[in-house]
Amino acid sequence: MTPSDPLETRQIEAFQPSSEESPGDGRALSGNHQPQSSEVTGPKPVQIEGRLPKGHLLQDRYRILTVLAVGGMSAVYKAQDLRFSKVTRVCAIKEMISSAKAPDVRAMILRNFERETNILATLNHPGIVQVYDCFTDGDCSYLVLEYVRGKDLEAVLDETKGFLPEEKIVSWAIQICDVLSYLHSHEPRPIIFRDIKPSNVMLDEYGRIKLIDFGIAKMFQSGKKGTMIGTEGYSPPEQYQGLADPRVDIYALGATLHHLLSKRDPRLEPPFSFHKRPIHETNPNVSRELLDVVNKALEYDANNRYGSAEEMQRALTSLRSARDVAGTTAFGTSVTVGSEITPLWRFAFEDEVRSSPTVDNGTVYVGAYDHNLYALDAEAGEFLWKYPTDGGIASSPCVHDGIVFVGSSDRILYAVGARDGRIRWTCPTEDRIWSSPRAAFHHVFFGSDDRHLYAVNIQSGRIAWTFRTDGKVRSSPHVGDEAIYVGCEAGVVYAVDTGANVRWRFRARRGVTSSPVATDEMVYVGAHDRYVYGLDVRSGWLAWRYRTDGSVISSPAVSKGIVLVGSVDGYLYALDAESGRLIWRYGTEDQVTSSPAVHGDAVYFGSVDGSIYSLDTKTGNLRWRFQTDGPVTSSPAAVQGVIYVGSSDRYLYALPA
Amino acid sequence: MRFFRRLLGRESDSPPPPSPSAASETVPLPSRSEVGWATDVGRLRDHNEDTALVVTAAQDGDSPFPSFELLVLADGMGGHRAGEMASSVAARRAAYHITRQSYLPSLLDRQGDANRPALTEVLINAVQSANRAVSEEAPGSGTTLTCALILGSQAYIAHVGDSRAYVLTEGGLEQVTQDHSVADRLVDLGQITPAEAAVHPQKNVLYRAVGQSTALEVDTHVRKIGPGDYLLLCSDGLWGLISETDIVGLIRGASSLQEACEDLVIAANEAGGRDNITAMLWRAPRE
Repeated sequence: MTPSDPLETRQIEAFQPSSEESPGDGRALSGNHQPQSSEVTGPKPVQIEGRLPKGHLLQDRYRILTVLAVGGMSAVYKAQDLRFSKVTRVCAIKEMISSAKAPDVRAMILRNFERETNILATLNHPGIVQVYDCFTDGDCSYLVLEYVRGKDLEAVLDETKGFLPEEKIVSWAIQICDVLSYLHSHEPRPIIFRDIKPSNVMLDEYGRIKLIDFGIAKMFQSGKKGTMIGTEGYSPPEQYQGLADPRVDIYALGATLHHLLSKRDPRLEPPFSFHKRPIHETNPNVSRELLDVVNKALEYDANNRYGSAEEMQRALTSLRSARDVAGTTAFGTSVTVGSEITPLWRFAFEDEVRSSPTVDNGTVYVGAYDHNLYALDAEAGEFLWKYPTDGGIASSPCVHDGIVFVGSSDRILYAVGARDGRIRWTCPTEDRIWSSPRAAFHHVFFGSDDRHLYAVNIQSGRIAWTFRTDGKVRSSPHVGDEAIYVGCEAGVVYAVDTGANVRWRFRARRGVTSSPVATDEMVYVGAHDRYVYGLDVRSGWLAWRYRTDGSVISSPAVSKGIVLVGSVDGYLYALDAESGRLIWRYGTEDQVTSSPAVHGDAVYFGSVDGSIYSLDTKTGNLRWRFQTDGPVTSSPAAVQGVIYVGSSDRYLYALPA
Repeated sequence: MRFFRRLLGRESDSPPPPSPSAASETVPLPSRSEVGWATDVGRLRDHNEDTALVVTAAQDGDSPFPSFELLVLADGMGGHRAGEMASSVAARRAAYHITRQSYLPSLLDRQGDANRPALTEVLINAVQSANRAVSEEAPGSGTTLTCALILGSQAYIAHVGDSRAYVLTEGGLEQVTQDHSVADRLVDLGQITPAEAAVHPQKNVLYRAVGQSTALEVDTHVRKIGPGDYLLLCSDGLWGLISETDIVGLIRGASSLQEACEDLVIAANEAGGRDNITAMLWRAPRE
C-alpha cells in the first residue's frame, strides 16, 4: 500500500525519533549540556575547609575526622563517636550556623530545629538516614547522623559515561517511593520531604538508597521571608506558592527520574518544561512504560499526577524493567501497626522448634529438636502427650485417619496414634529424614537423605514402593491429582505417578529443598539457585522463572493467582502465578526460610530476624508483626483464625490471625 | 483412562467389531484438540498483508506427552508490498525461534531444564527476533504479531499490535490481549469512551509494532484453556467489522473449526471487507 492510498488508514506513530535523525542528535544534545552542567553544580573543591579543624572535639564526644561538604551557612563533617570505646563508630555531623541576629528570632529557630530533629529522630526506615543526636553550641546547631558509605545520585550521574541502566533507575525510584509513602503516612501529620533531587539521594555500598538532608538547614537561612524550600528545576509549580502536599514530592521524583534518564539537568532548563523535551530526545532506549510513569509524575496540574507514592510505586513495580531487577526494589515498610498482638497461649519446649506445627481436630502436633513429637490442646495450649524419637525433629507431622506421621533425624518414620500417642508402626530408612510426610490414596509419601521417595501403606506400614532420585530428598512431596511432585538436593524436580513411574523431570541449576506446590496449570518450586520456578504441570517445561537474591528454601503457597514464597535474601515475594511477574515483595531484617501460610486475605510467615509477620496478600502491607526471642524458621499453620508457629526461642505460639 | 480403555478393548472378545458410530457412543474416542484458519484479502484491497502460520506436533504412545501447537498471526503494513513481506518474515522468524528453542530440544530430551529459557522468555525473544528480522529484510514496514504456543491445554501468548487473541468459554468471549493502538490507549487513560474510540481518527494508529524500533516491549499472557473452550486469533479486519456477539454465534454455529473460520471471513466480507481478514481457531480437547 502506498501512503497516499486512502484505504491504508493505519500508520505507525513515531514515538521514537526516526532512525535518520536520532543517534546523532541525541549525542550532540547530551554533549552540549555536559559542560554547562558541571558549571552549575560547581567543580568539586579538591580540599574543603570547614569551620572546625580536624581533631576538634565536640561535646567531649565527637572527634572531627574530615570535612565532607561545606555550604554557605552549613558544613558536614565526618566524625568519630568516642562514647563507643571498643569500636570505631563513625558518624556524620551537620553543622548549621545561625544567621539571625535578633535574640527572639534565634530562639524561635532553635525551637524549630529541636522540634524538627525530634520528629526526625522518631523516624525509622532503612531509606532514611538515622539521627543519633542533636545539640546547640553557641551560634551553631549540630545534627549527628548515620554515616552512609556511598555517593549521592548526582555524583553517580556525573561519573557515568553514557546512560544509566533503566532497571537501576527503576529500582531506585521504587525505593524512593517506599520512603515517601512512609513519610507521607506519618502521624499525626504527613512529612513532606520537599527537596527530592539527585544530590539528596545517597546510594550506599549495597546499592540501597537513603534520603539525606531533610531541609533542616533551610530553617537557618532565615531573614528572607518566603524562602522556598526545594530546588528550582525539580520543584513543581505549586511549591512556588508555598504549598506542600505529597504530590510535591511525586513531581520532584519525576523530575529526578527525568534527569537520571535523559541526563539533562533541569536546573539549566526553563522551569516545568519537561514535556517539551522528552527523554527520548537524548535517550531513545527508555521503555515506553517508564516514560508514561515519569510523565504522569511530572504533570503540571497536581491533580493529574499520581495521587500517592504508593500508587506511583505500584506503577513502577509493574514495569518489566522492575521485574528484571534482582535485589533492592523495595524496603519492607517499617512497623507501623503494632506489636500489640498478644499470643493466645505459648508452650515452652526443651529445645528449638524448627518443625512446623500441624493442627487436626482441635490438637496441635509439632516436633521439637528435643527429639519429641508433642500433641497439645489447640485451644488452651495444654500438653496432651509426647512421643520420644531418637533424633531431632525438623520435619512437620501430618495427620490422616487418626494417625500422626513424622520423620526424625534418627532415620525413622513414625506412625503414632493421634489420640493416645502410642506407636502404630515405624518405617526405617537408610538416612536422616528432613522431608515432611504427606498422606493420600491410603499411603504416606516422604523423602529421605538416602535419596529415595517412599510410599508406605498407612495401615500396615509396609513399603509399597520406593523411587530412587538423584540426590537427598529433603523437599516434601506434593500429592496432586495426577502425580506426586518432589525435589531433591541434586536439583531435580520429579513428577511421579502413583505407580512410581516418572511423568517428567525438571532440572534446576542447584538443589531443591523447597517443596513444590501444584495447581491445575502449574507446579511452583524454589531452588538454591535463587530462582522461583513456574513449571507446566503436564510437561515439566519451564513456563517462567523469577530470580531472587538468595536461595529459595521456603516452599511456595498459592492463593488467588498469587505465588507467595520467601528467600534467603530476606524478602517475601508475591509473584503473578501466570507470568511470574513481581506483584510486591516485603523485606524483613533477615533470611526468610519459613514457608508462608495463607489464611483469609492474609499471609503469615517467620523470618530469621525473630519476627512472625502477617501481611495483606494483595498489597503486601503489614498487618502485624510479632517478635519472638529467636530466629523463626518454622512455618506457620493457620486454622480457624489462629496462627500456630514455633520459634528457636523454644516456644510454640498461638497468635490471633 | 486411555490405558484402561485399551485393556478393556483387548479383553472384549465375542462381539464383532462395532461400527464407528456405535463405538463412539459406547466408548468415546479420545478427544483431541482441533485447529482451523482462514485468511482473505477482503473486498477493497488488492493484496493480502496478513499472514497465518500454524505448527502442530504431537507425540502419543506408551508415554504420551502434551501436544505442542503454535498459532502465529501477523498483519503487516507499509507501501510497495512491504506489508506482506513484514508479516511473512515476522511470522516465520517467530515460529522458527519458538520451535527451535522449545519444541526441537524436547525431541532429544523431554526433561525440563533451567539452563533452557523459560517459555515466556522464548516467546518474548521470538518476537524480538522477528522485530530485528523485519527491520533488516523489510525496512520501513511494520507488522502486528500475535503468537500462541499451546502446550497441552495451556496457552502461552506473546503479542504486539492490534491483532487480538480471545478465549471463548461457556461464559462468553474474553479478550486476552490489549491493542497497542493510540485510540485504545486513550480509552485506558479515560480520555475517550470505547464508543468514541471506534470512530476515532487514530483508531488504527499503532504505538507499538514489530519492525519499528530496536527496543520492543512484548506483552505476554498465560491462559489455561478449559475442556472444549476456544482460542481465537484474528486481525482487525475481523474484529473491526463484526460484533463480538456475531463472532460467538458463528463459532458456536459451525460444525467444525475450519468452517467457523471461513464463516467469520465471509461475515467480515459481507460487512464491507474493508481490510484483510484472518481468523485462527483452536479448541481444547473435551476430556
